[in-house]
Amino acid sequence: MAKRIDVGGLTAYYGSHKAIEDISMTVEPRSVTAFIGPSGCGKSTFLRTLNRMHEVTPGGRVEGKVLLDDEDLYGSGVDPVTVRRTVGMVFQRPNPFPTMSIFDNVAAGLRLNGSYRKNQLADIVEKSLRGANLWNEVKDRLNKPGSGLSGGQQQRLCIARAIAVEPDVLLMDEPCSALDPISTLAIEDLIGELKERFTIVIVTHNMQQAARVSDRTAFFNLAAVGKPGRLVEIDETERIFSNPSVQATEDYISGRFG
Amino acid sequence: MASTTPLDLPPAPPAPRGRPGSTGRAGDKIFIGLSRGSGILLLVVMASIAVFLSYRAVLAISKDEGNFLTTLDWNPAGDPPVFGIAVLLFGTVVSSVIAMVIAVPVAIGIALFISHYAPRKLAAPLGYVIDLLAAVPSIVYGIWGALVLVPYLEGLNLWLDQFFGWTYVFEKTEVGIPRSLFTVGILLAIMILPIVTSVSREVFLQVPKMNEEAALALGATRWEVIRLSVLPFGRSGIISASMLGLGRALGETMAVATVLSPSFIISLHVLDPGGGTFAQNIAAGFGEADEFGRDALIASGLVLFVLTLLVNGAARLIIARRKEYSGANA
Ligand SMILES: Nc1ncnc2c1ncn2[C@@H]1O[C@H](COP(=O)(O)OP(=O)(O)O)[C@@H](O)[C@H]1O
Ligand SMILES: [Mg+2]
Repeated sequence: MAKRIDVGGLTAYYGSHKAIEDISMTVEPRSVTAFIGPSGCGKSTFLRTLNRMHEVTPGGRVEGKVLLDDEDLYGSGVDPVTVRRTVGMVFQRPNPFPTMSIFDNVAAGLRLNGSYRKNQLADIVEKSLRGANLWNEVKDRLNKPGSGLSGGQQQRLCIARAIAVEPDVLLMDEPCSALDPISTLAIEDLIGELKERFTIVIVTHNMQQAARVSDRTAFFNLAAVGKPGRLVEIDETERIFSNPSVQATEDYISGRFG
Repeated sequence: MASTTPLDLPPAPPAPRGRPGSTGRAGDKIFIGLSRGSGILLLVVMASIAVFLSYRAVLAISKDEGNFLTTLDWNPAGDPPVFGIAVLLFGTVVSSVIAMVIAVPVAIGIALFISHYAPRKLAAPLGYVIDLLAAVPSIVYGIWGALVLVPYLEGLNLWLDQFFGWTYVFEKTEVGIPRSLFTVGILLAIMILPIVTSVSREVFLQVPKMNEEAALALGATRWEVIRLSVLPFGRSGIISASMLGLGRALGETMAVATVLSPSFIISLHVLDPGGGTFAQNIAAGFGEADEFGRDALIASGLVLFVLTLLVNGAARLIIARRKEYSGANA
């Protein structure tokens, strides 16, 4: 079930370093939201606060609220492990479990969540691999290690692994930056299909990509090196790229800095 | 006909030829000469040692009136000389297996605790202490074990006898201070624990962050992260660490000699005194032996060497067989 994300006054630290400050936004269910901005402005940090991965980093600390539908992910008594089971994540570099077969990679999250009968598991694995547009390429070698696939296939394997557990939200941190153009296109197509079922947030440094895949775009910026990153504006992608309301956004998009 | 380009370009620099190491600078040449020379020297020295030892060993074995592999006795000074390695092989394997069974799981547990459970403030000093302990010569643990530990083991032995005596292996048929293979095994376990822990910890710390985050992002608990990412990645490292420990256990001399009351019997009652190991037998006998006796001991030493080779080969096979699944190419 795709869910709405409501972020309110979110600030994140690495130890004493404030990486992002006072970010508020709403992400609609069954939509793609892209984060753009110069590197170091805190896009990854912010993304990782949305599934409580930020606090895994030593010294990582978060203030503020993240509501998933109406439940605060940072409420007292909320287990971060449970949060991560409902908010999936795909990383910049494909990271399949190297010792596991393709099948086991996709089944890994399911096996954490509970016990399934063998044929049930096989059904979900097939469905997830089809969902990630990978099934036809790997159906004959499900028992081979996932690390033997090409980079683009590995990334789609990671997407299959993430969607196998039917998360409410799917976070992607520059999922194509380590991939060739063809694999990138494959993943962009896939994102278009996945948004029918999931709420998707994607960080990208590629503005054409943001324009191609997203419904809404958020522009982040930082006042100076060492200052915390902030959300400059978030709007319909078309608007951001044609007629943004803030000058800094226009400067960034037209390549005048960053 | 090399430089007939239409534009008057300077000739391209010659493409490097051959291996990049042999491009002819004086320093390179000296270095190559030195490393090649010392490599060859090392091989020659090792080969001549091997030839010398094998020669002596063959000499001794050819005069053995018993069977070198099966005789349950070690009496090269007798007339006729009778000696065999069966007891030593048995004792070495049994005590080392006991040591590994105890030490490896405990070492992995401690290493995981330091690398993945302990709070940062505790982890750093703990790791440091383990590294220090691993550097202490094992004889120190041996002496401590013989003086302090052995007397305490009597209780453990009685307990094992009472509850697991029915397994035959843990049946105790002789009372008294347990100068047995089991005690030796425990002592060896303690001696190799720091080195196995230290290396395992090093391996666990090297698990790439992205491998662990893959598990975390699926909603894995700390233990599940270890199961999904850390242990599979560390697998070959754990095997290497264990082999390092096993190497020490197989060759440990003084500690075994201090604890064991040797005798030339083979008994699966590991709690009963008696038995022997290669290293212990050599240490105990080398001083008093005549030249022939020493040759006999050298022969037994070569068997230990072969045993070590076999064990290491097996470990390499295990690692290689799952190479395509290894974490290295992630
Ligand atoms: N593990 C970390 N420890 C300390 N500071 C970090 C860490 N990761 C990122 N930062 C800092 O947080 C800020 C935002 O980084 P990041 O979120 O990676 O930016 P982006 O993804 O937009 O390039 C940067 O100033 C960066 O130096
Ligand atoms: Mg980033």
